[in-house]
Formats: sequence, C-alpha cells, structure tokens
Amino acid sequence: MGARQRIVIAKPGLDGHDRGAKVVARALRDGGHEVIYTGLRRTPDQIVRTVMDEDARFVGLSSLSGAHSHLFPKICNLLRESGLNDVIVFGGGIIPESDRAVLFDAGVRAIFGPGTPSAEILEFVDFASTKDCGVGSKDDWHWGD
Amino acid sequence: MKVPDSSGNIIAITGPPGIGKSCLVDGLLQRLTPALKVAVLAVDPTSPLSGGALLGDRIRLSVLDDKTKSDSIYVRSVATRSSSGSMPSIVQGLASHLLANAFDMVLIETVGAGQSEMRCAAVANRIIVVEGPARGDSVQAEKAGLLELADLIVVNKADLEGADRVINDLTISLTINEDAPPIVKTSAITGEGLDELAEKVTNLEERTSSRRARCRQKLLMAHENILIENPLFEGILDRMSQEGLELVDALRELSE
Repeated sequence: MGARQRIVIAKPGLDGHDRGAKVVARALRDGGHEVIYTGLRRTPDQIVRTVMDEDARFVGLSSLSGAHSHLFPKICNLLRESGLNDVIVFGGGIIPESDRAVLFDAGVRAIFGPGTPSAEILEFVDFASTKDCGVGSKDDWHWGD
Repeated sequence: MKVPDSSGNIIAITGPPGIGKSCLVDGLLQRLTPALKVAVLAVDPTSPLSGGALLGDRIRLSVLDDKTKSDSIYVRSVATRSSSGSMPSIVQGLASHLLANAFDMVLIETVGAGQSEMRCAAVANRIIVVEGPARGDSVQAEKAGLLELADLIVVNKADLEGADRVINDLTISLTINEDAPPIVKTSAITGEGLDELAEKVTNLEERTSSRRARCRQKLLMAHENILIENPLFEGILDRMSQEGLELVDALRELSE
C-alpha cells in the first residue's frame, strides 16, 4: 500500500446520483486514504475551492449526466489558474469512449467506467502519486496508456 | 466587529453523532460572517483498520454557496489519525496558525462524542455541548462527564417533541452548581434560537469551575504526543502484535 493521500471526491453539475461516488470514496477510505466528499451538485468553483482549502493531492470527478465534456476541462483549467498545478485529476461515471481523448488532453489522468474494480483505482492513486502528473504537468501520460 | 478578548476564540462544538453539530456550525457561519472571519476545523474519525477516513462535514455547510460569505470562511476537514482521543494534536497548531493569520474565531467541530470524550478541552478555550430530545431520562442529565465542561449547552432539534423536557432536566441538574452554563434551545431546520446562539458565541464566559479539568486534558494530550512522536513507537507496536513483546518491556524501551 502506498502513502496516504488526501483525495476530494466531487459531483460537478446537475447530477443527482452519487452511489458511484460514495462507493469510490469508501474504497479509497478502506485503502487507507483520507477522502473529502463534496456532496451533490457542486460548481467547478466550489470544487476547486474545496481542493485548495483541504490541501488535497487528488480530485476525483463523478458525472452521470453527460456534461463531463464541459465540466471536467473547466475544472482542470480552474485548478491551473489557481496555481494548483500538482493536483492529479481523475474521473468516472458514464463517459463514452469517444469523449475520453479530449478529457485526457485537458489534464484528466484516468477515467474509470462502470465495472472498474476498486483495486484498480487504488493502484492508480498509488502509481500516480509517484509521478509528475499534476494537472499543470506537460507530461501527456494517462492511466491505461 | 471583533470577538472581545474576554471571550473565547477557539470554540469546540461537541456532542453525540447526528445531533446537528454541522448544521449548527452552518447556522452560526450564516450569522457571524462576513462581519467575522471564521475558520472551521471539522474532525472526523480515522479508520482503526485501514488508517483511511471519510470526511463529510463540508456537505452540511450550505453557507459556502454564498459568495458574499464564503471568502470570510475557511473549512478544513481533519482526520483523527494516530491520536488515541477524539482530538488530533495538529488541531492546536492549525487553530493558532489561523488566529495569527487574520481569522477572528476558530470553530472546532468534534467527532460525534460520547459522555467522556473531553479531549477537545485541551485545545478549545470554550466548549459548546450539543444535546437533543429523546436521548434518555432525567438521570442522563445528572451523569458526570462532558456536560460538566460545557461553557454553553445547546439543545438542538427543538422542532422535535421532548426538547423542552430535556431543557428542564438539564436546568434542574445544572443549577445545583453556582456557575451553571446557559442553555440555548435551537432548531437548525427552522432557525429557532440561532440568532441567540450566534450572539452568545461571540461573548462566551468561561466556566471557571472546569479550569482544572481543562488543564488536565492539556497535560494528557501533550503527554500522549510525546509518546506517539517517539520514533520507536511504531516498531514497538509491531513487536507487541507480532512477537509478543510484553507491555512492561515496551514501556521500559519507550521511556529509555
């Protein structure tokens, strides 16, 4: 098991389903990490502010409403504008394969769809925490590359 | 607006799980900011099994959605980590740091606390204990413990039946002592009593009879920190659990 990380799990946008986010939060907790859950329907501003206040190293974005192509890049940009370049962004939910390349280009380092074993998300956190892959990094690596 | 020097500026809000501590903090922030800059240190438990934690106190703070107030508020979720009590020692440092950096007041929202979890007294200079209806008969109000350290008692969930009886029981029990703490009846849902609570919080008198007990908690916390920060601590823990190292020998090694 890698070092303990502080991880924000966030629900951006008008999406009222958080079973998946809670399952991921719980898996990360059981993996020895400190998870801050934002609750439903957060704006990109609120999420970035939470990441900043909580000094989180990771932020996981969950979206099932189809607005990921708008919200995820916006959050990545806001993180960079706020100087939070070392924060590692990952996402999950209902994200079609065809939408993923754009999200990776925006700075998202992993997308986990339905059926992902929670052990894989823990593996990603352990591995990414040793890499220079914050949202401000020039490296274009992403999980499953 | 400033918090008077005679009042406390590090205030612990404690009480059993689910009694409404986070919602009361939200109600207080709605009323105290932006006139005051207030920091919230929200403590949640660390898993004794995995070492992880789920920190969910932010969810209740709807005040953060208000742009005119959120810039006067700082919220930090804190996990208890390796501390044996419910108050990690890092909270002391965080609170001092925030007060030195333009914050007028620090609210510490403790983990859901039982009758004898008094470690918050080591850090806070005022303690608010939150109670509620349907938590037992009048003998509960007579029991020793956390209630005795309270500088203010809040009976929350006043919208539910039984709140007045709890206030009555507490009043009868506490007025036997000379410096009985004030009791405020609130409902975080209807907003009842929150204005009064906000006013009292900015000018809370210290209950002098609990001063010695507070010093005791300070000493205990400092002593525990010395133990936990001992570089041998984790190794000795491993040897106790895996190699059957005896407690007396462990203590001897730690004190060498």
